[in-house]
Amino acid sequence: MTNVINYISGAAIPVIIVLIIIYGLKERVKVFDAFLDGAKDGIEIVFKMLPTLIGIFLAVGLLRSSGIIDFIVNLITPLTNLLEIPSQIMPLAILRPISGSASMAVAVDIMQNYGVDTLTGLITSTIMGSTETTFYTIAIYTSCVGIKKTRWILLAALAADVAGMVASTVICRILA
Amino acid sequence: MLNILWPIFIILSVIYGLIYGKADEINNGMFESLSDAIELSITFLGTISLWNGIMEICKKTSLMDKLTGFLKPFINFLFPELKKNETAKQEISMNMIANILGLGNAATPLGVQAMKTMQKENPKKDTLSNSMMMFIVINTASIQLIPTNVIAIRTSLNSENPTSIIAPVWIATIIAAVIGIFFTKILIKKVK
Repeated sequence: MTNVINYISGAAIPVIIVLIIIYGLKERVKVFDAFLDGAKDGIEIVFKMLPTLIGIFLAVGLLRSSGIIDFIVNLITPLTNLLEIPSQIMPLAILRPISGSASMAVAVDIMQNYGVDTLTGLITSTIMGSTETTFYTIAIYTSCVGIKKTRWILLAALAADVAGMVASTVICRILA
Repeated sequence: MLNILWPIFIILSVIYGLIYGKADEINNGMFESLSDAIELSITFLGTISLWNGIMEICKKTSLMDKLTGFLKPFINFLFPELKKNETAKQEISMNMIANILGLGNAATPLGVQAMKTMQKENPKKDTLSNSMMMFIVINTASIQLIPTNVIAIRTSLNSENPTSIIAPVWIATIIAAVIGIFFTKILIKKVK
């Protein structure tokens, strides 16, 4: 079962790339020009992310090298054990709904230090892939039409976030 | 938020480190993390650009329209109050497709357009309508076919199997979306 899922996961990317290119050729899209346009956007994303990455890496690097992070992790371990979430992931879980680039930087830091293919690394990746920057999304869509009363939207959105994070942990534990 | 958290992290770490005699460690740690940030960004340039390029090709094909048709039954279930508002439904499905394909840059402007269309029918202009709430909850659930950015970063970090997270991400996203939709539907009924 695990092997099948791994194989599908592995084949998905090259197959999708080829399918999209063939589809583009069939409809006479200038595929290379389109690719260049998109790649340019990609470079912009990385450059926009860079200052945040530097700032967050600085803070997280200090947290780690001073040893304070071990102290905090020890403090919250009982709580995270209860939810079966590895405690190294807690900073990510807290930052994820607040800031997209900061949580991405923290995720990169976690995967670099605890391994990309370890259970912690897999859970980190799955959380990043399956959740959104909730506060930012709500802010964008309410402010663009000038709405101030958001009723209980934050509650529903955060419930979905927590569900996504717990689900990520459980699924990775089962598959790993 | 980060304007408060960031300085707290830095100040606490330095004080804690100095008390425990780790001046050298914090000094090295600080500058190592800076070069890490730069090195990673260089590898991100390649992988993230690849995905954005591929998805841009996808955007230019008729794949977008086809997928929109496929979404119709879901849209009707999620937005019962938009029955006659074809424009809003069209814009919502375009936004969802852009999200599914991981086209974040395209999804937001489409979503803003959908919000504006829904606002026209909204009886209380300063309050979110039921449809708007459902729309935002779905957007916060991040329904994505391929989590391209995460895969790009995993590749950059030399993962042995960068795409191994696709299936887990699908399952987790669906669970998150179902919980979000369920909560919203219940709250719409119970809380007036």
